Amino acid sequence: MALQRNDAPPDHQETAITASDPALSKGGTPSAGTATPAVELRGITKRFPGVVANHDIDITVRRGTVHALMGENGAGKSTLMKILYGMQRPDEGTIAVDGELVEFSTPGDAIARGIGMVHQHFMLADNLTVWENVVLGGEKLHGIGGKAKAKIREISDQYGLGVRPDALVEDLGVADRQRVEILKVLYRGARILILDEPTAVLVPQEVEALFANLRELKAEGVTVIFISHKLHEVLSVADAISVIRRGTTVGDADPKTVTARQLAEMMVGTELPSPESRASTVTEDEMLRVEGLRIAKADAEGIERVVLDDITLRIRKGEILGIAGVEGNGQAELVEAVMGMLPLDAGTVTLDGKDLTGTLTRARREAGIGYIPEDRHRHGLLLEAPLWENRILGHVTEAPNSKGPLLDAAGARRDTLRIVQEYDVRTPGIDVTAASLSGGNQQKLIIGREMSHRPKLLIAAHPTRGVDVGAQAQIWEQIRVAQREGLAVLLISADLDELIGLSDTIRVIYRGRLVADADPATVTAEDLGTAMTGAASGHIESEPEAVAEDRALAAEGTEAESAGADGLPGATDATTETAEDPQAGE
Amino acid sequence: MTSSHSADDGKPADGTSAEGAFADGPPSDGSSGAPGRGGAPAPAKPTAAKRFDGERIALGLAAPVLAVLLSLVICSILLLVSGKNPFDAFDVMLTYGTKSDGQVLTLNRATVYYLAAAAAACGFRMNLFNIGVEGQYRIAALFAAYVGGQMDLPAVIQIPLLLITAMLVGGLWASIAGLLKVYRGVSEVISTIMLNAIASAVVGLLLVPGIFAPEKGTTTNSIQTNPVSASSHFFSIETAGGTLWGFIVIAVIVGVLFQFTLNRTRFGFDLRATGRSETAATASGVNVKRMVLISMAVSGALAGLIGLPDLLQNSFYYGQSFQAGLGFTGIAVALLGRNSPIGMVFSALLFAFLDVSGTQLPLPQNGAFPFEIVQVMQGTIVICVVVAYELVRRYGLKRQQQKVGAELAALAASTAKKEVSA
Repeated sequence: MALQRNDAPPDHQETAITASDPALSKGGTPSAGTATPAVELRGITKRFPGVVANHDIDITVRRGTVHALMGENGAGKSTLMKILYGMQRPDEGTIAVDGELVEFSTPGDAIARGIGMVHQHFMLADNLTVWENVVLGGEKLHGIGGKAKAKIREISDQYGLGVRPDALVEDLGVADRQRVEILKVLYRGARILILDEPTAVLVPQEVEALFANLRELKAEGVTVIFISHKLHEVLSVADAISVIRRGTTVGDADPKTVTARQLAEMMVGTELPSPESRASTVTEDEMLRVEGLRIAKADAEGIERVVLDDITLRIRKGEILGIAGVEGNGQAELVEAVMGMLPLDAGTVTLDGKDLTGTLTRARREAGIGYIPEDRHRHGLLLEAPLWENRILGHVTEAPNSKGPLLDAAGARRDTLRIVQEYDVRTPGIDVTAASLSGGNQQKLIIGREMSHRPKLLIAAHPTRGVDVGAQAQIWEQIRVAQREGLAVLLISADLDELIGLSDTIRVIYRGRLVADADPATVTAEDLGTAMTGAASGHIESEPEAVAEDRALAAEGTEAESAGADGLPGATDATTETAEDPQAGE
Repeated sequence: MTSSHSADDGKPADGTSAEGAFADGPPSDGSSGAPGRGGAPAPAKPTAAKRFDGERIALGLAAPVLAVLLSLVICSILLLVSGKNPFDAFDVMLTYGTKSDGQVLTLNRATVYYLAAAAAACGFRMNLFNIGVEGQYRIAALFAAYVGGQMDLPAVIQIPLLLITAMLVGGLWASIAGLLKVYRGVSEVISTIMLNAIASAVVGLLLVPGIFAPEKGTTTNSIQTNPVSASSHFFSIETAGGTLWGFIVIAVIVGVLFQFTLNRTRFGFDLRATGRSETAATASGVNVKRMVLISMAVSGALAGLIGLPDLLQNSFYYGQSFQAGLGFTGIAVALLGRNSPIGMVFSALLFAFLDVSGTQLPLPQNGAFPFEIVQVMQGTIVICVVVAYELVRRYGLKRQQQKVGAELAALAASTAKKEVSA
């Protein structure tokens, strides 16, 4: 494979240059011209039905570097990488690998050009050994016997992966499995490695080990494309950064000079609610009380793992309680516990003085819990059902959806029309399937549905994830309005600025425990981030100067952004509306 | 006599259902599509909704019609290869289909198939694959036959008693799989297949002289239960073409109730929601475990009815020759009918027609065609339709997304200025 790397002949280089529109090369890294880049994406556009997942993306990845691709969930990173890996074909644009224009129709083509991908979810056979897994599907490369095993050892030593070929995969931990996946790709001759959110499943020490591996790979001349939305990780490992927002490249950054704050702004395009501009609506009446919650679950290996431990919190009427934490620290379980979807091992849940501990989800919904789920496709919608049936979902026992045991289709349809109008759900009608709406409009429908039943408590898990800017502001406003009327909100978000901007109180969850709390008025995103890694606990209060600086930066960003938005020509509105959530097209 | 007319009406509608649907489908689509296209590109909402609707119907019909046509082609090729003229064979079948005795037989057969399909569909609608309809109906029919042979109450009590017995036994037998799934996580596919085998064994165990069959002394060699009492005989209608089973009324009631429950009740909504997305249903408050138990039991209860038309209208006893395989046919009929109470009417009629008219093929005066061609036809229909439904489903979804995207883009373009300033 070294062959391929050094073999890019000059004429191919020329092809690449002529093919790439000079006007578009602004997206490339500054030093892109000095050597043939490993990967050059130019003007990549990918449309899914009703949605533009990628729009005019330009990225240049230099050889032998770790190049981070950043962006929020649903920004289009994964779609882009699927295009590069041959799983999807772009509608427009060109791909050049080692200066040579290529077209991939299957991942096999990409592998043949030395591109390998390590997926977020591992694809390993548990009951086979490491070397069997590596050889599986690549039998022709080095056979299936001792030669293959020797090759695996050689690769493992060369890149310092420390993989034992004879270990059974089911005995390996997550980090080891990931190394096996990397080895699998290298075994197939990859010189360009795509890692899709590799750190999402790892604990901090494992992340460090992975980064050490990546540096090793880089030293050996391998190019790594690293997808992530975690700022600090990217800053610590990447040599170059490209940021994608709403399906298009918004810019490149040099990790040596850029700050986490600036990166975050590039990623989310700061349009944050300003905390100073509102009076507190928090009352003294308690709405939700959760006490001593404990849940232990058996994980994939069958070992009991405590996912929630001794969680105690209360939310008052008119209060938004924000839960900060790195994903996978128990937020999802906390939501499911309050919703009654997970059995509790200990603890109580009380809503407005009513004990809900032993009740089922439906009873809790009827008691006044509204739910905006994290994954709207899995938990919030029936994708292949029409909108008006989706309006019934979750509230089938309540008016206007049913009368006694019978459905009231006419009532539900009328109310769906109202929601579509009031919440500005862009749709040609209420008989189209939920799948045909864009992510933002799906989310507006869900919020309209949940708010229509005047909930006492709203559980909002990542309410603006994968939603365009316009819808985002609308959603925040709707939550605010309901809050003024006494709604209690449990807000879970990975977006620290959203948490700080919306919440009245913030609690930090780490490994299933609430380890710290903070007042959003006196904390910076940075200090909150520190607490999320478990490095700080108790009450967190940042230096007043830091907070002021933080706010000023946020405000500046907002101004700049809104000024930019005003200057946009009208035609782009349609694009932003649909340019998110590629999953909507599936 | 009126019934003989209705039979006459029913039959051609079935025999030509494929062609009829085909003839209706595209034109209706065209006519509803044309005004939409002719009108303004972003007109009032109702037109758009109607267009989606017309298309949905056309798409819904496309798959089964294509599947039937494809299987006709495959069977034609097979017949040609074996040196027979396929059109002669189809002619024999169609001719028999226009005769009233063929029509009555078709309706009787379709009654049974419809009940079997309804039993399977009840589980399928919530992604519960009850493969055990076969065992459930056989064990239910055995118990019903035994009870019917032991008791001789007035018909008003006797017949409901037998219906309930059969449904109860079928439901309980199916509930074993439901309970195993809910409390032990056993896949219902595996457990119901196993329960089929167990059901056969249980039937064999019970159907011995001294238990469910009378002590030796009967004239026949085969072992069977006592005939059911005369009061157990279900009413039937004499027509020009033979005896039409009154059980068709039960099948109609089952269909109507199924349709009503599915589309008009909260329970039906929960059931459909679970079938479409179990995770979303759970989050919405559906008690999925309870739904699994209920729909498995209901599926089994309906399965219990399958054996009754034959038991109460035809053979009057349960013996070793009691018809087997209906459960599996029911699954095929449900698949073809897309688990829809209305769709299954057509698929049950089609399968019944193929079976009944197929019996005419081997007769020497008809040209001695192989009867197996009917089974090939049924098999290919099912395989084709499964593929076709999935293709049509994906196509429909994609097409709708594109349309919605296009309409919204048009809408956004026309109101772009307003939105930007807002």
